Amino acid sequence: MRNLGLVLLLSVLVLTACGGPASAQPSSAGSQRTIEDVGSDTIVNLALAWAEAYQKIRPDISISVSGGGSGTGLAALINGTTDIANASRKIKAEEIADAQQNGVEPYEIEIARDAIGVIVHLDNPVQQLTLQQISDIYSGKIINWQELGGEDRPIVLLSRESNSGTHVYFLEEVVRLGQQANKTLFSQDTLLLPSSEGIIAEVRQNPNAIGYDGLGYITPEVKTLAIAPQAGGEYVKPSIDTVNNGQYPIARPLFMYTPGEPQDEVKIYLDWVLGPEGQKIVGDLGFVPLH
Amino acid sequence: MNASITEHKRTSLAEFAAERLIRGSGIMAIVFVFLIFAFLLREGLPAFTEVPLDNLFSARWYPIEEYYGILPLIFGSLVVTIGAAIIAMPIGLLTAIFIAEIAPRWLREILKPLIEVVAGIPSVVLGFFGVVILSSLVRETLNLPTGLTAFTGSVILAYMALPTIVSVAEDALDAVPRSYRDAALALGATKWQTIWMVTVKAGKSGILTAMMLGIGRAIGETMAVLMVTGNAARVALEPGALFMPVRTMTATIAAEMGEVAQGSAHFHVLFAIGIVLFVITFLVNLVASFAIFRQSKRSARLLS
Repeated sequence: MRNLGLVLLLSVLVLTACGGPASAQPSSAGSQRTIEDVGSDTIVNLALAWAEAYQKIRPDISISVSGGGSGTGLAALINGTTDIANASRKIKAEEIADAQQNGVEPYEIEIARDAIGVIVHLDNPVQQLTLQQISDIYSGKIINWQELGGEDRPIVLLSRESNSGTHVYFLEEVVRLGQQANKTLFSQDTLLLPSSEGIIAEVRQNPNAIGYDGLGYITPEVKTLAIAPQAGGEYVKPSIDTVNNGQYPIARPLFMYTPGEPQDEVKIYLDWVLGPEGQKIVGDLGFVPLH
Repeated sequence: MNASITEHKRTSLAEFAAERLIRGSGIMAIVFVFLIFAFLLREGLPAFTEVPLDNLFSARWYPIEEYYGILPLIFGSLVVTIGAAIIAMPIGLLTAIFIAEIAPRWLREILKPLIEVVAGIPSVVLGFFGVVILSSLVRETLNLPTGLTAFTGSVILAYMALPTIVSVAEDALDAVPRSYRDAALALGATKWQTIWMVTVKAGKSGILTAMMLGIGRAIGETMAVLMVTGNAARVALEPGALFMPVRTMTATIAAEMGEVAQGSAHFHVLFAIGIVLFVITFLVNLVASFAIFRQSKRSARLLS
């Protein structure tokens, strides 16, 4: 009862905050300028690394980074409460419409690329899968590792929550194999975990589990599978090279969205992000730089 | 003479201000509860018209494709809460009996504050403990496909509900008049018979209140269940349901509220889940207050 009240009170506060004008507008020239940067949990570590590095060059700019998921970032963009929304998926048509209704014109910038690795426990003998097999696993058609040449174990499906851009990308490009008309859904047995770390933690200790995560999050404590686009195709492990030459099939662009074309300090910051210094950090964190 | 009048005026003014301040605070608390409830209804009720009822009461929850079935979420909350109750009630009652009736005075002085400390552990910490240690323990010892199950959530929630149950039940046992025990012992009852058939029986309604408050705490808990129950939204009407992943109402609201566009059907459905949760906790509290009410009437009867 008390907890519920608190949650609701907080929601009230959050909603009141959302109703107000963007908090991050420059108050006056020369004072400390804060850039709000909200969204994708895939991008949040990268955005933090950028913000820290940028702070050293421009101490007068403070960049406040927070995660929550691509949907969260784009919702903040729509509600006018952020300067930059991080998204690991493209903005949806409905979101653009919602934004325009609020007088916001989302402006898209591709900032890096990311491969999604499919991961299993280190002791799992399975080394490689085709996209079709992964789709069958996640839609609940294949339920035992034995069917894939593994041990006689049930498959435990792990996914990010549905507000994650990684979840939506994986649904469209892997579970539905990129087919527009395909309406396959994740199996109802899929465990939806609230964070990338949660998936790594469960895969690390559970030999039944299969999960997926951005390349930047995958640690050596789990096994990354090689993936072939179709049966008989070449099995490829994700890496900067295989993403850039298009061999690895589950790779996607990462975006930042701004309300309208970026202006003044936000533009200078984003130019730096896209420049050599910013893109070097992309590679350092295990993502794939644009050039 | 004059001085005493001004003095009197000043105290009465201070008195007046203090009284108003206290009354105002009291009224504010009530107003806030009503505002929260009104807000909940305003945001939640549209869900029942925007989403067809057969969709709302279906067994599939996948909001990004407009499947808004809340049954798996209600099911999940019930399974986790009932599991927590089954674990916490006997342990809580026995601990309370031990502290109130059996433990020597010095041990009692140590145990009581220790239990208060347990109540102070943040739920995120317990959730983290659940993910890192408890879930693999559950998976290996029970030989389950995954350790992120309703049962894991129940264990954590039981742990969180225990301090409430123990403190309130212990107070209830403590309130049983000394003469009851003396009379039972004088009639030749053993210590165990006295505890079980006299003290616990006499403190029954207080113990019931303790249970209800503990359950109320469990069903509304968010963070720990979000981390350890696996969040798979499915209705599993089978005996092993406690040992499968579930998705609770609180975890759903917490995980998805940040993402939704305000005013969308999904947004309203999340508030509708809030209404369901509110009604359930309200009923639990109502039952608890009813038990207290009955208890007070009974003591009034005894005194007359």
